[in-house]
Amino acid sequence: MALIADLLLQAVQMVLVVAIAPAVLGVTRKVKARLLRRIGPPVLQPYRDLWKLMHKEAVLAENASWVYRIAPYLIFAATWVAAALVPSYATGLLFSWSADLIAIVALLGTARFALALAGMDVGTAFGGIGASREMMIASLAEPAMLLIVFTVALVAGTTQLSAVATLFATLSVGLRVSLGLGLFAFLFVAIAENARIPIDNPATHLELTMVHEAMVLEYSGRHLAMIEAAAALKLVLYFSLIACLFVPVGIAGPGAGPAALGIGLLAYLVKIFAFAVLLPIGETSVAKMRVFRYPIFLGSAFAAAALAVFLLFVSKGF
Amino acid sequence: MPSLMFDVAHLLAGSMLVLSFLLLYQDRIAAVINVFALQAIALALSVAWQALVQDAPALFVTSALALVVKGFVVPTALHHIIRRLEIDREIEQIIGGGPTILTGLGLVALSILLMQPVGEVNVYAREDLAFALAVILLGLLMMITRRNAVTQVVGFMSLENGLILAATGAKGMPLVVEVSVAFSVLIAFIVFGVFVFRMRERFDTVDVSALDRFRGERAD
Repeated sequence: MALIADLLLQAVQMVLVVAIAPAVLGVTRKVKARLLRRIGPPVLQPYRDLWKLMHKEAVLAENASWVYRIAPYLIFAATWVAAALVPSYATGLLFSWSADLIAIVALLGTARFALALAGMDVGTAFGGIGASREMMIASLAEPAMLLIVFTVALVAGTTQLSAVATLFATLSVGLRVSLGLGLFAFLFVAIAENARIPIDNPATHLELTMVHEAMVLEYSGRHLAMIEAAAALKLVLYFSLIACLFVPVGIAGPGAGPAALGIGLLAYLVKIFAFAVLLPIGETSVAKMRVFRYPIFLGSAFAAAALAVFLLFVSKGF
Repeated sequence: MPSLMFDVAHLLAGSMLVLSFLLLYQDRIAAVINVFALQAIALALSVAWQALVQDAPALFVTSALALVVKGFVVPTALHHIIRRLEIDREIEQIIGGGPTILTGLGLVALSILLMQPVGEVNVYAREDLAFALAVILLGLLMMITRRNAVTQVVGFMSLENGLILAATGAKGMPLVVEVSVAFSVLIAFIVFGVFVFRMRERFDTVDVSALDRFRGERAD
């Protein structure tokens, strides 16, 4: 019986992240449109887009190989597994023992690898340039991300997200300049990974600036639906990571009762939609960067994360 | 509650180090001066916290000096200078932005390693000295990498911020010494100011690479 309840709670988390992902994307688009004094599409539009794409014919390029056909499913699956593992409304779920920060970074790396392969598979120039830029961004963002993981691991003593969130939720770690720096670096990495302004514009179809869009340009129908759903899921995943690492307020502990779980669920939804409002506000206040400025942007994230690790060594010793 | 004392001291000294990195990174001259003012304010807060923790009222004087002189008077004077030189909107070419930051990180690691043996005696002193040494080294690095005389002055002043941070952490630096250090820095500031204006008059620029031609050792 206990096992069934645990399975159920884990299933709620898995369904929840997929269910709210398009709505989160819809909120960011709506807020952004309102900030630009446009009406904007309805909040539920991404659901309709996905529904429409699912029922359209998938057009394949003549020289597309099997890589091109399985990549969308691989990307969606890897992103979904990663998103389902990050503690959202409760820690200590059934599969939380596998929710390791490094494993999540690796899952996202797998998804990115598949996307870059798919971008190059058809052999168009756009796919190639998108893949090469994506890899450049990844090679800059991943070291910074790993240093952030080390920062969190040094503070918490573990890389297991569930344990980290449980520890941080008790507020016993105190005032840490390292965690502040880690958050700063993490925001930069999240912006780069989710292809948001100033690194990439998710709404653009201008050839010179496309990164993510350039890779998926050839996709259509259900393949495109999978990729768009994965992109929305990735945004939710990063929001959940910020929520569970840096603002773990209200998250339900292991073995919590229904009331605590309800509070946790409510707190999670409030946090995610608050981030979904804050993101477009940040986006509209900056301009898109030139490609050659990316190393400086992500380099500062790396420097901040490295500094965070150093500061921890000062206070803790070796 | 010793852990809170430790955390706040760590936070303030750590934020000084972060601001040192911002100084290295920032390439707008007016913004560099603003970051310097912020660092001085962080220094004043840090010294005031030490005064509270160590129960040493003399340190409050140091804190007030840092706040007024370096947080307000010097930045205002620098802003005035760059407006008169008409370089207040200029963007400076930093020599090797990325490598500079990496070198800075290396210097921080070096100062942490150097201060490691101190930790066996006193953890608080180790942390404070490691941060102070890092701020000093980053100030030196800034003086090396900048070509504009004004930002070199800022690098020098930020180095001096590190000196004061070191002095307040190690208990028992007499006020006389501190006052004389502050005084000598002010004198240096005035000398720098005169130097900047003389240089401007003679070469029409404050880029110190213009001086290279006038060095005796160059044969060409």
